[in-house]
Amino acid sequence: MSNKNLTYKKFGEKAILIEWHPIISDEILNDILLFEEKIRFKKNIEFYDLIQGYNSLTIIYKNFITDFEKEVQLLKIIYTSLLEVKKQNYYQWEIPVCYDLEFGIDLEEISQKSNLQIHEIVKLHTKSIYKIFFIGFLPGFLYLGGLSKKLFFDRKPNPRLNVQKGSVAIGGKQTGVYPNNSAGGWNIIGKTPINFFDVEKQHPCFVKAGDSIKFNSISLDEFRCIATEIKEKKYQLFKTLLNA
Amino acid sequence: MLKVLKSGFYTTIQDKGRVGFASKGIPISGAMDSYSADLANSILNNSLNDAVIEITLGACQFQFFEPVVIAISGGDFSPKVNNHRIQLNKRIYIEKNSILSFGKVNYGVRCYVAVKDGFQSEVKLKSRSFYPNITKDFIIRKNDEIPYKSFTNNLNTSKLSVKVNKNHFESEVLECYKGSEFDLLNSSQHQKITKQTFTISNDNNRMGYKLNEVVANDLNQILTSAVLAGTVQLTPSGKLIVLMRDCQVTGGYPRILQLTEASVNKLAQKTTNTSLQFSIVGI
Repeated sequence: MSNKNLTYKKFGEKAILIEWHPIISDEILNDILLFEEKIRFKKNIEFYDLIQGYNSLTIIYKNFITDFEKEVQLLKIIYTSLLEVKKQNYYQWEIPVCYDLEFGIDLEEISQKSNLQIHEIVKLHTKSIYKIFFIGFLPGFLYLGGLSKKLFFDRKPNPRLNVQKGSVAIGGKQTGVYPNNSAGGWNIIGKTPINFFDVEKQHPCFVKAGDSIKFNSISLDEFRCIATEIKEKKYQLFKTLLNA
Repeated sequence: MLKVLKSGFYTTIQDKGRVGFASKGIPISGAMDSYSADLANSILNNSLNDAVIEITLGACQFQFFEPVVIAISGGDFSPKVNNHRIQLNKRIYIEKNSILSFGKVNYGVRCYVAVKDGFQSEVKLKSRSFYPNITKDFIIRKNDEIPYKSFTNNLNTSKLSVKVNKNHFESEVLECYKGSEFDLLNSSQHQKITKQTFTISNDNNRMGYKLNEVVANDLNQILTSAVLAGTVQLTPSGKLIVLMRDCQVTGGYPRILQLTEASVNKLAQKTTNTSLQFSIVGI
C-alpha cells in the first residue's frame, strides 16, 4: 500500500487521526496493525496512546503538537519504512457460549422475525470465525467482523437498562459480548461464562485487535461447570496460534 | 486518613487519568477541569499527577485524621475548615480532626481538593481515577476512608493566594477546531453551529454534555473511530454531544468539532441550562 491511500488530519491540539479507505476489511486491519507496531518500535514519537478504529489510527501525543506538517512527514516515513518489526503472535480463541433460552432472551423474537429456526441461528453464529478489529465502547468490548448476513438484525428500539455481563448479542451487522453489566440495545442470543474484562488480572483483557474468536455452543450444565472452574481459576481457554 | 462525613452529589478521586489502555477500550478519565486540578497541585508543589478529590457543586463534608496542607481550586462552594471560611487557591494548614465542609455555590461546578503528596487511594491500571468496573467504586460515599500522608513540615508561610481569571468560569465562548467530519456539513449547518447559542441539557456528566438545540442532520454515521474529551458529535437526532473525560475511546457519530483543552476545562465548570457558543480558531 502506498502513502496516497492514507489521510492525516489534525485532531485537536494533541492528536493526529490517520484514515484509510472507509471500508471494513482484513487488509486494512493488517495495515493498521503493522503501522501501529512500527510506531511503537521506532520510539521516536512521544505519544500517550494509540486508538484504533475500523479504518483509522489515532495518535494521542504527550505534548501539544507544534508543527503538524513535520509530525505527518515523520509518520509517513515510518509508514513506508521497510522496518522489520517482530510480529506479535495472533491467536484464535475458542469461546464457549450457552444459547439456552434462559440466556438467549431474544432468540425467539428474532427467530420469528427472520424465519430461521433457533438451532439454525446458533449454527450460523458458531460457524463463522470472527476477526477482532479493535476494542472500544466499554473496557473489553470487541468489535468483531464476520457475522453472517442472515444474522443481521436491527438493534432493539428501546435499549435495555441492564444487560448481563457475558451476554452474547447481535446489533445490526455486528455481534459481540457485553464485558460487564451495562445498558444495551442489541438482541441477546446467549451468554458466555468467560470474562472479557477483569481489572484484577495482569492483562485485564486477554484478547487484542488482530486476534480471532470462534463461539462454541455449550449446554446449561456445561455453562455452570465452566463458570465454577473460572471461579476456582482452573479453567483454561483454548487458543490456536494464527501466524505460526 | 480522611473520612467522608457527607459525600455530596458526585464526588470522585481523579489524577491525570489512565493512559496507555485505549487498545483495551479503557477510557482515559482524569480531572474534568484539569486546569483547576493542576493549580491545586501546583500550589502544594505536588506532581501534577497526584490524586485530588473532584467535588461537584459542593455539599460535601470531610474529616482529616492527620495534619496536612491542602489547597482547593476550581469552583467556589464556600469552603470552611471547622466553620471558618477559607480561601481558594491558597495553602491551608489542616490540624488533626479538622472538618472541611462546603456550602453555598458562588461560582463554578467542580472544585478540587489537593493534599500534600496527593491522596493515596488504590491504583488500578496505573491511575487512581475512579471509573466503574475498574476502581472499587465509581463515586465516593459516606463513611469512605481515603488515605493520605501526614504532613507537618512548614511548606512556606506565604499567605498569598493565586488569582484566577473569572473568564474561566464565566465565558460562554468555547474555542474549538474543525472536527474530522466538519467538511461533510453544508453551509447552513456550518452557520448554525458557529452562530447559534446552545444550551446544556440536564443530560450532562463526566462522560459528556448533551446540548438542547437541534442541527438538521442528514449525515450518515461513520465507521467507528477514535473520540477524545472535547470531541463534539452530531447525533442522528440532530443534537450535539460534547464528550468529556470519561468518554468511550471510540464512537460512530460524525465528529464535527474538537474543543481546545482549555475549553474542555471551561465546559467542566458549566452545567444544565448554561449557554455556550462555539468559536472555530483553526483547522
